[in-house]
Amino acid sequence: MTEIVKHEPTTIYIKPSTGFAALNLKDLWTYRELVYFMIWRDVKVRYKQTMLGAAWAIIQPVLTMIVFTFLFGRIAKLPTDNNIPYPIFSYAALLPWGMFVGALNQASRSLTSNQNMVTKIYFPRLVLPLASILSGLVDFVIAFVILIGLMIYYGLTPSPNAIWALPLFLLLTVVTALGVALWLSAINVQYRDVNYALPFLTQFWLFITPVAYSSNLISEKWQLVYSLNPMAGVVNGFRWALLGTNTGPGPEMAVSVLISVVILIGGLFYFRNMEKTFADTI
Amino acid sequence: MTIAISVNNLSKRYKIGAAQQKFQYNMFRDVLMDTLMTPVRVYRALRGQGMRGTTATSTIWALKDISFDLEEGKVLGIVGRNGAGKSTLLKILSRITEPTEGTVTVRGRVGSLLEVGTGFHPELTGRENIYMNGAILGMKRAEIDRKFDEIVEFSEVAQFIDTPVKRYSSGMYLRLAFAVAAHLEPEILVVDEVLAVGDADFQKKCLGKMGDVAQQGRTVLFVSHNMSAILRLTQEAIVLKKGQLIKRAPTPEAVDFYLSSGQAESGQRIWEAEEVPAASQPFRPLAIRIKDRSGNVVDTIRSTEPLTVEWEYQLDAPITALRVGIYLSTMRGEYVFTSFDTDDARQYEQFGARAAGRYISRCEIPADFFNEGRYALGVNASSFGVKRYFMDENALSFNVDISGAPGTQWPEPRVGPVRPRLDWKIEKID
Repeated sequence: MTEIVKHEPTTIYIKPSTGFAALNLKDLWTYRELVYFMIWRDVKVRYKQTMLGAAWAIIQPVLTMIVFTFLFGRIAKLPTDNNIPYPIFSYAALLPWGMFVGALNQASRSLTSNQNMVTKIYFPRLVLPLASILSGLVDFVIAFVILIGLMIYYGLTPSPNAIWALPLFLLLTVVTALGVALWLSAINVQYRDVNYALPFLTQFWLFITPVAYSSNLISEKWQLVYSLNPMAGVVNGFRWALLGTNTGPGPEMAVSVLISVVILIGGLFYFRNMEKTFADTI
Repeated sequence: MTIAISVNNLSKRYKIGAAQQKFQYNMFRDVLMDTLMTPVRVYRALRGQGMRGTTATSTIWALKDISFDLEEGKVLGIVGRNGAGKSTLLKILSRITEPTEGTVTVRGRVGSLLEVGTGFHPELTGRENIYMNGAILGMKRAEIDRKFDEIVEFSEVAQFIDTPVKRYSSGMYLRLAFAVAAHLEPEILVVDEVLAVGDADFQKKCLGKMGDVAQQGRTVLFVSHNMSAILRLTQEAIVLKKGQLIKRAPTPEAVDFYLSSGQAESGQRIWEAEEVPAASQPFRPLAIRIKDRSGNVVDTIRSTEPLTVEWEYQLDAPITALRVGIYLSTMRGEYVFTSFDTDDARQYEQFGARAAGRYISRCEIPADFFNEGRYALGVNASSFGVKRYFMDENALSFNVDISGAPGTQWPEPRVGPVRPRLDWKIEKID
């Protein structure tokens, strides 16, 4: 029989929440190990019982790159910045884009696919979308290896800024994905329409993000409006840091970052407010 | 004595009606209609008027004005029929859902065995799932490391610990899941019907574990339909009825009160006209009920008393070769028997062809038949080889209490769905 360690138990007050729920991020911190375990579980089972395994993390962006190169590089002959070869030009954008789409897909379903957890135990619900987004980082790292290979092949050296800028732009990707996913996952609890709307949303979003083309193709006066899309800032930042394009930090980037943060904060509050009814409506 | 749980005027309201209506697309016309109504629905949803918007949303109070205190180290039983609010109460205590009104003060970590196996992933091995599940239940990694061997030993799956749990039998799976939950060491433990888990031996072990927990001075809330388990494990119990606390007393008194009183609205299933599919015509089920010896409609019957099943129905047109009957199965889905009202050949000659009108088919299930636990009653009305008019595999469920049944002097679960009183003769032959 085990000894129980006697310590003064904490007292919990349960009462109906009124008004706007506080974010209570401290609670999330207490459950940080759960976040870790959820990520670990996601990573572990993601490619179970697949033949190609983790190669999928590479196949998806590489195949997209090949198709894009053929369609937009060869046939449509879209210009790239500084005459950078089209394959690496698009791959540098496909990396964060793939991470973003994958994260949205996983995270927006995270509450509904873990329904039994939500209806049976208490834990900060934020753990679920957060963990499913962070687990996408593993795929990102794997796909990044190909990028390094491509850079060597084309004899490109990243700008020294890449050291500090890449992690920051990766963070911006995570922040954007989390912000959007918080809205979508919370809505998905009540309205499963999200599952149907999401493929359409990401496809549409791809068109307004400079993945297949350069954002320099957008006319000057529309640049600020264009950068209301936070993913435009992410993609431009990646290209700037890796390939030395002229799409680096500036007012447009600031707009993207600002929007991304606004979406995240709004998402956090929306999520927290809906959280109390998750177990009843899911 | 310190108070571990203090519940004050707790109420919980659920919305029903609109949200419960299921999408039922029977015909292309329905799909079309539904599509055309989309703008209306979206408009209503945006104004917060619920999912379907077509029917008025009504609400029910799953809990109404519950207050009680529980001292540290006490084991409290919670009894009440399905829908009485037991699960809602536990869910509020474990912070899964919020109350609508009232407050609860809980001193210490609440661990619940509501969630046996929650978060188990079929692709992960037993070892990995122990860590995963432990983390979900709020254990720290160091804590799981420390208890790992004990958990494995308790679960009896040591040799398969590095096998993915999808290869486990359902019994092994449940044992492992319960083992993790049972080793959580919260100050307050909430247990809901774990005794439905596993085989008889394992159930015994779980009961033992719960006894240990109580002796270690932890506070336990125990919900079960199994009256003998409640009697064995708790000193005091509360009875819930329609969301209200109607009795708090020492367990034997509370159980007696529960079994012998006020459960009349349960033990009965009434079919509303719109619940009956059009395809059942001309057969129309009205109600099925279970009655005890004195004719009261009951949810819990005693194994030592006979019970009567009554099925009331309406024939809107004459039906020939009709048979109306019941299936009985355990909650684990094993069938116990099937029986029809015209099984007897003479009965069939007389009632095979029935004129339009209202009928009751009634049968008695003898005393000393059921073992303890919960049983489901299914119904079927058909003409053999012609048409099945109506069927519902789970029309009604009820509990069996075995106080006084054969063998109850030994506090052990007995396997098998029946518990007959057999006429044993013992002879000394040498």
